Amino acid sequence: MNIYLESLVQLFGRSSRKPRKDELSPAAQKMYFYKKGQKVTKAELIALHDEHHKNSKNKWRKRRWMTLIAVNFLFVLSFSLDIQLLEGALTASRFAGFHMADLNSALQVMLAHKTVLINLLIGIVTIFILWFLLGGRTFCSWVCPYHLVAEWTETLHLWLFKRGWAKNYTFHRGVRAVFYVIFALLAIVTGYTVYEFISPTGILSRAIIYGPTIALVWVALLLLFEIFLSRRAWCRYVCPIGITYGLVGVLSPLRVTYDMTDCKHEGDCRAVCLVPHVLDLTIKNRSVDVEVGLGADCTRCGLCVDACPTSSLSFEFKGLTHKPEKQVDDRPLMPESKSDAKEEK
Amino acid sequence: MNNSAKDSNAENNTQANSEGASDAVKKTTKKKNIKRGPGRRAQEARRQFLRSVALTAGVTSISLLGFIPIPSEGKRQKLRPPGALSEEDYLSSCIKCGQCVQVCPVNAVKLDDMDTGFGLGTAYIDAREQACDFSCDGLQCVLACPTGSLTHTLDYTHDTRMGFAVLDKPKLCLAVAGKGFKGQARGPDYEGLLRYEEIDRWNPILLKDHPYDVEICDLCVQACPIEQRYNQCKDGKFPSGDENQCPPERAIGLELIEEKNGVKHMKPVIYDGCVGCGVCEMICPTHEPSIVIDYDKLTKRPLSEQYIAKSKKGGH
Repeated sequence: MNIYLESLVQLFGRSSRKPRKDELSPAAQKMYFYKKGQKVTKAELIALHDEHHKNSKNKWRKRRWMTLIAVNFLFVLSFSLDIQLLEGALTASRFAGFHMADLNSALQVMLAHKTVLINLLIGIVTIFILWFLLGGRTFCSWVCPYHLVAEWTETLHLWLFKRGWAKNYTFHRGVRAVFYVIFALLAIVTGYTVYEFISPTGILSRAIIYGPTIALVWVALLLLFEIFLSRRAWCRYVCPIGITYGLVGVLSPLRVTYDMTDCKHEGDCRAVCLVPHVLDLTIKNRSVDVEVGLGADCTRCGLCVDACPTSSLSFEFKGLTHKPEKQVDDRPLMPESKSDAKEEK
Repeated sequence: MNNSAKDSNAENNTQANSEGASDAVKKTTKKKNIKRGPGRRAQEARRQFLRSVALTAGVTSISLLGFIPIPSEGKRQKLRPPGALSEEDYLSSCIKCGQCVQVCPVNAVKLDDMDTGFGLGTAYIDAREQACDFSCDGLQCVLACPTGSLTHTLDYTHDTRMGFAVLDKPKLCLAVAGKGFKGQARGPDYEGLLRYEEIDRWNPILLKDHPYDVEICDLCVQACPIEQRYNQCKDGKFPSGDENQCPPERAIGLELIEEKNGVKHMKPVIYDGCVGCGVCEMICPTHEPSIVIDYDKLTKRPLSEQYIAKSKKGGH
């Protein structure tokens, strides 16, 4: 199946699947063939890991947290010092006078109000282009304040979980798509922007800019649920904003790219990931090509890039990223391909 | 092939562990050692499905709690900023960004909290605390609104219809009692702002910094932004030099009223030009405001009906 189509159905909740052998590119087949039987010891992995983290510990996480805090702080400064650079909140704002509108909030408003608001369209187009270029769900991990807070409480959750003091109930990822439809229908039927009533993104953004509200109690309850019962539940299973921006990012030029050449398939990346299904392709025999971009559900947070001991995952902007010339793989193509073919039959 | 299949399986398991398979699953495997493999997986899948249904039902019901505080249709819960559409349209179209809050020179606009249900994050004005005195002249909040929740069809201050002033407690009113007023309108601790054009055309000042001394209390009439504009126009001085800024009708005035029993007294009378900005409610020096803004009246008045019809038609 086309990888974009595959990434789209995964966004709506289908699990990743193991590709058929004929779906793998010849280069990928060859590489997997040579990886067969290669065993990596724990000591080797640790050594690789130490080497990798010697210079750049949490490089992308640092950059991302700084960006997220800076963006939200710019909103605060614009209001409190009246410098009018970034006015409004995350749901809708003006950057140096330019309209910007959160796509999900704008959608809720237009469904509830049943009018295409021309003023809003400018903001929608601006934001669409911006996040299309920057990767869609990049909004989630690089701007959304709830993501940052949930990331901190996630650390607490993992600590508690390790000691058996917290549980991690999982849900079917498809519920997020169900929520998407439910909130769209509720907006149409009730005439209220129902999702905005419970959106922790909007609530937090406004609380940061305009001061604390009672609504923060709801956000706190969500975080408690995530800490004690289900890891990152809101972002993984509920938030429709994730789907909206996921759709924007399906064809985005900015993505995290997986290169299987040096991959040890040990799964460090999936352990840190908010949406581990996009990294299922790092499992042996799952990647259709030697180099593949991660799916649309990827938030481009870079945790996997930081975690990968072999630098097999990296940020790429199509057409702009210059990669070092690769060594030509001159190993013969499938020396035992005949016997392999027999096995298949 | 076999090898790699094992590999991927093993990796799946590690992932499940790091993700943390629920305790329930571990218990089942301990108790029913026979039920392994596909059976266990099916059971976990069923449980996950049920959990997912519960999550959907739970979050959806919580989101519908927003209905609870909404009063019957057409009623305004609170005074909304100038140009606000009818309450239903206002709540559906407001994107809850607070840009109207940011541009207001007197900080009159505030955002609602979760206790107002779906009103969460929408803008309102508490006139008694700080009314909109139109000191921005250009309806900045209306210009700032990205969705037209504050309708862009408004051009001038007198086009707005936020509500309608009523003399709610005539027994408290100083004018009705024939009394004057001397001092700070709302006492020394009141932090509200008001523009006095004769003092500073551009910067509103603290109400407490402008004490009054009047024979018969007429603070509501003196402070009324519509009355001020009306009087300026009468003197040939158009606000901002623009004749279109002139209100067509008066908003409020003190009149000599004769009661049925023959007693004569002064009384603030509200005219059709009232836009419901709330400055009278804010400045009223009685401990409870004698004059307040009535939002329900809005739907009963012919002018406002025209206005709502107009804003519905071409408001977006």
